[in-house]
Amino acid sequence: MTDSKYFTTTKKGEIFELKAELNSDKKEKKKEAVKKVIASMTVGKDVSALFPDVVNCMQTDNLELKKLVYLYLMNYAKSQPDMAIMAVNTFVKDCEDPNPLIRALAVRTMGCIRVDKITEYLCEPLRKCLKDEDPYVRKTAAVCVAKLHDINAQLVEDQGFLDTLKDLISDSNPMVVANAVAALSEIAESHPNSNLLDLNPQTINKLLTALNECTEWGQIFILDCLANYTPRDDRESQSICERVTPRLSHANSAVVLSAVKVLMKFMEMLPKDLDYYGTLLKKLAPPLVTLLSAEPELQYVALRNINLIVQRRPEILKHEMKVFFVKYNDPIYVKLEKLDIMIRLASQANIAQVLAELKEYATEVDVDFVRKAVRAIGRCAIKVEQSAERCVSTLLDLIQTKVNYVVQEAIVVIKDIFRKYPNKYESVIATLCENLDSLDEPEARAAMIWIVGEYAERIDNADELLESFLEGFHDESTQVQLQLLTAIVKLFLKKPTETQELVQQVLSLATQDSDNPDLRDRGYIYWRLLSTDPVAAKEVVLAEKPLISEETDLIEPTLLEELICHIGTLASVYHKPPSAFVEGSRGVQHKRLPGSAGSGESVESPDTGSAAGVSEAPPAVIPSQGDLLEDLLNLDLTPPTTTGPPPPASSGMQMGAMDLLGGGLDSLMGDESEPPPIPLRTDTPQSPQLPHQSPSPPDYSPTEVGPGDHAGLVKLGGDLGGGPAMGTGFGAPPAAMPASFNVPVSGGLDDLFDLGGGVGMPMGVFNPPKTVWLPAMKAKGLEISGTFVRRAGVIQMEMTLTNKAMSVMTDFAIQFNRNSFGLAPAGPLQVLTPLSPNQSIEAALPLSTVGPVMKMEPLNNLQVAVKNNIDVFYFSCQYPISMLFAEDGKMERQVFLATWKDIPNDNESQFQIKDCHLNSDAASNKLQGSNIFTIAKRTVEGQDMLYQSMKLTNGIWVLAELRVQAGNPNYTISLKCRAPEVSQCVFQNYEMVLKN
Amino acid sequence: MIGGLFIYNHKGEVLISRVYRDDIGRNAVDAFRVNVIHARQQVRSPVTNIARTSFFHVKRSNIWLAAVTKQNVNAAMVFEFLYKMCDVMTAYFGKISEENIKNNFVLIYELLDEILDFGYPQNSETGALKTFITQQGIKGQTKEEQSQITSQVTGQIGWRREGIKYRRNELFLDVLESVNLLMSPQGQVLSAHVSGRVVMKSYLSGMPECKFGMNDKIVIDKQGKGAASDDAGKSSGKQSIAIDDCTFHQCVRLSKFDSERSISFIPPDGEYELMRYRTTKDIILPFRVIPLVREVGRTKLEVKVVIKSNFKPSLLAQKIEVRIPTPLNTSGVQVICMKGKAKYKASENAIVWKIKRMAGMKESQISAEIELLPTNDKKKWARPPISMNFEVPFAPSGLKVRYLKVFESKLNYSDHDVIKWVRYIGRSGIYETRC
Repeated sequence: MTDSKYFTTTKKGEIFELKAELNSDKKEKKKEAVKKVIASMTVGKDVSALFPDVVNCMQTDNLELKKLVYLYLMNYAKSQPDMAIMAVNTFVKDCEDPNPLIRALAVRTMGCIRVDKITEYLCEPLRKCLKDEDPYVRKTAAVCVAKLHDINAQLVEDQGFLDTLKDLISDSNPMVVANAVAALSEIAESHPNSNLLDLNPQTINKLLTALNECTEWGQIFILDCLANYTPRDDRESQSICERVTPRLSHANSAVVLSAVKVLMKFMEMLPKDLDYYGTLLKKLAPPLVTLLSAEPELQYVALRNINLIVQRRPEILKHEMKVFFVKYNDPIYVKLEKLDIMIRLASQANIAQVLAELKEYATEVDVDFVRKAVRAIGRCAIKVEQSAERCVSTLLDLIQTKVNYVVQEAIVVIKDIFRKYPNKYESVIATLCENLDSLDEPEARAAMIWIVGEYAERIDNADELLESFLEGFHDESTQVQLQLLTAIVKLFLKKPTETQELVQQVLSLATQDSDNPDLRDRGYIYWRLLSTDPVAAKEVVLAEKPLISEETDLIEPTLLEELICHIGTLASVYHKPPSAFVEGSRGVQHKRLPGSAGSGESVESPDTGSAAGVSEAPPAVIPSQGDLLEDLLNLDLTPPTTTGPPPPASSGMQMGAMDLLGGGLDSLMGDESEPPPIPLRTDTPQSPQLPHQSPSPPDYSPTEVGPGDHAGLVKLGGDLGGGPAMGTGFGAPPAAMPASFNVPVSGGLDDLFDLGGGVGMPMGVFNPPKTVWLPAMKAKGLEISGTFVRRAGVIQMEMTLTNKAMSVMTDFAIQFNRNSFGLAPAGPLQVLTPLSPNQSIEAALPLSTVGPVMKMEPLNNLQVAVKNNIDVFYFSCQYPISMLFAEDGKMERQVFLATWKDIPNDNESQFQIKDCHLNSDAASNKLQGSNIFTIAKRTVEGQDMLYQSMKLTNGIWVLAELRVQAGNPNYTISLKCRAPEVSQCVFQNYEMVLKN
Repeated sequence: MIGGLFIYNHKGEVLISRVYRDDIGRNAVDAFRVNVIHARQQVRSPVTNIARTSFFHVKRSNIWLAAVTKQNVNAAMVFEFLYKMCDVMTAYFGKISEENIKNNFVLIYELLDEILDFGYPQNSETGALKTFITQQGIKGQTKEEQSQITSQVTGQIGWRREGIKYRRNELFLDVLESVNLLMSPQGQVLSAHVSGRVVMKSYLSGMPECKFGMNDKIVIDKQGKGAASDDAGKSSGKQSIAIDDCTFHQCVRLSKFDSERSISFIPPDGEYELMRYRTTKDIILPFRVIPLVREVGRTKLEVKVVIKSNFKPSLLAQKIEVRIPTPLNTSGVQVICMKGKAKYKASENAIVWKIKRMAGMKESQISAEIELLPTNDKKKWARPPISMNFEVPFAPSGLKVRYLKVFESKLNYSDHDVIKWVRYIGRSGIYETRC
């Protein structure tokens, strides 16, 4: 038993020697030689030259030797496909062997050899093995179908293996069932729309039965598969939950987590007042806590998942704070995760304990952990008002320790506490000022400067303090520079007499000596502001700031929902959707939680498909546009995920702010504007980031971008609009912008439709031609034109990206703001190659309609943010509403009649379509291309009445009556819908389709 | 699913490499070595994503096991599998070391071929595996034996083979508990819990049906309700314990536990872990530690620690060890203790006080003077908690085994013929008192 010797042969001529040994007559010698070959293979040596000699050893009755040869084959067959054929005969023969272990071994290995010629020979043996009398062979064959599918999907379909695999779900042996489920799940993943895993109550029942009997791994396969099922109603949901709950006591953590996933998902469907709902909630807590006594790696996976569960259903673990207390010798990754969950669970009831713990942690060794603990204290203060005072005093104690990074971290969080509770804890400022010299990190310096500026009137030597920073102004990071500029301006506005010199100094440093456009532009704005109207300046710069919110770095709700559906998997560990880290089509499907009880069913049936019954987008609950400002502030486009925070909006006020900050301003100023007195240059357009960045860290603190300061800026746009020194374009409202980029931003529908002349699709589908959405002038050289198409039920945004700048563009990503129908990118923007100057690239972005919903004005307005390596750009465009007309929008006659009567007359709107020279049949055909279906036609006194229906993707039905009179080019159309808001859009769509 | 599995030694040399999926190439082997094993920084996560490839790793002594994938796999399953893999290897050849792995690499490949198919874990119970992965070939197997193997590997009772015979039917139950405590310097319990395991060694013939009973509060209360007498209910209520949560070996019928809370199973042969449980209420804390630390000036610390044992005087605790951390700049320590031996261990930055045996309801004390070197280090000493190790012959949770019944209908032995042994051992888990 000393196989290790095979690892040590490294002498020259080894291959030659091995060759001789492999061809030896002695069985033992042969076996020794094969072992040596495998050892060499393991350490990465190329032993493919021995292929024929090794394959010759395959014909043996020694199972151990056979397995070694197979191992070799799996590794090298691909590089030697022609010689691999030599092995086929043995495989086929082995598949007939009386010993089931050998039959299984042969079929298992054959599936791993990715050579076309071998796969052809595999089909017959595989078919036999799928029906083998021995369960061991069948369970191996089931997995082999998945292998074969990975090599040649078409072959698997043609040979009918999928049906055989489906049959195996009813097999009498639980392990065969489990492997069949695993194989089918995997195959189904690469065919997102196929109904391969036809989950119905009967199959579910079979799976639940097998669940009780199969191995721990099989239970995981089955539970993961169950999680993809959507029960028909709450009763079915409950009965599945009841049969899954016993799994929570399994010793295998993965079984437990997969069971938790099923329960978390199906729970959504249970009515909250149901007794069982409460019972289930109680049952979930203990197993989750038990996961924390597993090995550290599993603890880590469990904690990442608990983090999600706590965000989705905080009630489950709210009494379990103590189990998340950090142990002295936990690995660091466990400590950091526990800390995160502790903060999420902190409440008034447990805050005293939490604080005592956090204080302990702040004295530990690991720097990251200590920092996080200090920040956590700040977050507790913001979250639980009653504890704020104790938190502040704890932080002061920590500052007294003089440990450099503790002090810096404490100052950063104290700044946030000041924001949350203004005029309450300013007495500590003196202590903070004592530590000014020890601050060497930009974030802490910026926070301290913010504090000094904000409370300049209470700090006697504020000017001296700020002046001391000014000396090394050019060596500071941008964050600090910006903050210093703002702080000194604040100081000046509060104490104008003594600080004139200082403000002069900083303004000239920022404007004349700096190459940083953000800094320079902010400097100029202040300069102008101060010299034009100091009162307005005061109002802008010292504007009252809105309070910061309590909960921070929560995962965005749609992403959270998706991640809940992926509990236990890598996605839940990374907190990213699978599409962010899985290549190709696999896993790109977005999973969603089922709707809550009672609302799910109304989506499908037309008679109840009223606006109120639709679960996804009931117009009544569309959030108001008032939330937009917040969205704008939380904007963070860095990760190219499809479900990030939405881009900004276009309502008048925000447009003003956006243009002021974005490139719009520059284009308005013309190309060659001079340095002061007109203080803007076009060669360095600003980023749309808000200028007053508060000094807090982007990943953590409640004030990512100071909302208060931004509010000030919005005001700035308005106040200064008429300022004489500002140049013509500065204060102009968006409406006055040149027409070229007026169109996509605020342009009426007319412009859009005028451009859309002449082109029609052969099948009668009308797709508007591409229009320029984002002119190059506004986007640092990136021009985007595009249109929307609907093909076979898939909505696509087709864009042409043109690089009109001088440098290469890479790293494209796209996001949508929330919009009326929940349009969202169904995958990342596929611009894989860098875009060179003067190059254009076509990109088609498939869209889903499951994104977050918010009513827009006009209804079909879509706001888009596009990111590249240079910056983030925003534009808005309008999509024809016919993109949202579903293919199954043809209503039954009877239902149509009933619905038409059912909708109150108040909801009816009439429109005229002028100058249309089609007869009614032609019109009907044309409209059908856009999924507007004619249900009936009636002719009354030479007037054709067409009754039509269409269904929006969110389940809203629109009914129409189109009156066409021969010889009269004017049509009359009546629209009835439970959500009358859509009528205007639908009418415009009619007009557009009919006229093209 | 799992795309590949690699085993490395501490230098990052590959000992075993088995690739299951086409999307994992040889470069993945190197990526893990470079980015994780040879990384300068301490490992910050057991899951690492390198160029869209995810690596899961666990370490056993100085051996790294890494599972690799490019898909959104079930992460918990991958780790459970890696642990299982370690168990299987240990069961076959003992300690996981570089030498053992090299010596058994053919066997390991054979195992990996069997327990992981296309990245999907298959039956990995050593009991079953040992029947057909033997390194001896399969000569001499009859047809019946073969089908017995396959039905066992795939069957409902994959953990036990048929036809086991013992002359003496015997079973051993060990209730092993680890009691965890975190106490504030003032003696307030910040957190305390017991995590316990019931380990069974069964030497039983045939396919015995077993039923295990303990003083679980829910069961006792249920029975108490059934009994007419109120007194009976009360007295049994005292002895019963509230179990927060428990998990079972896969042999236990979970649905039966869920509905009736009865623990019934057909046990594997030999040693295995029947159940794990956790309790947080009414824990008997075997020891109480009372620390007193006083800083005398900047160069001296005075430490006094009292330990009190809190259990029946007739019982004896063993292997008691108190670990009192000392600052990094300690230059000398003088210790006086009433009982046992105490030593300052500079390499571990701690005073270690060992007592061989201590009876219940006793008290002992240690005092130490710690001399410190003056330093410029502004950072205060973190004062890690005082930790304790011990072993006591009872279950700190209060758990009692009430019965373990054995039924084997086909063979002629009854519950009475089985010789049963029960043992309770309580050990310290993380038993810390802050000072």
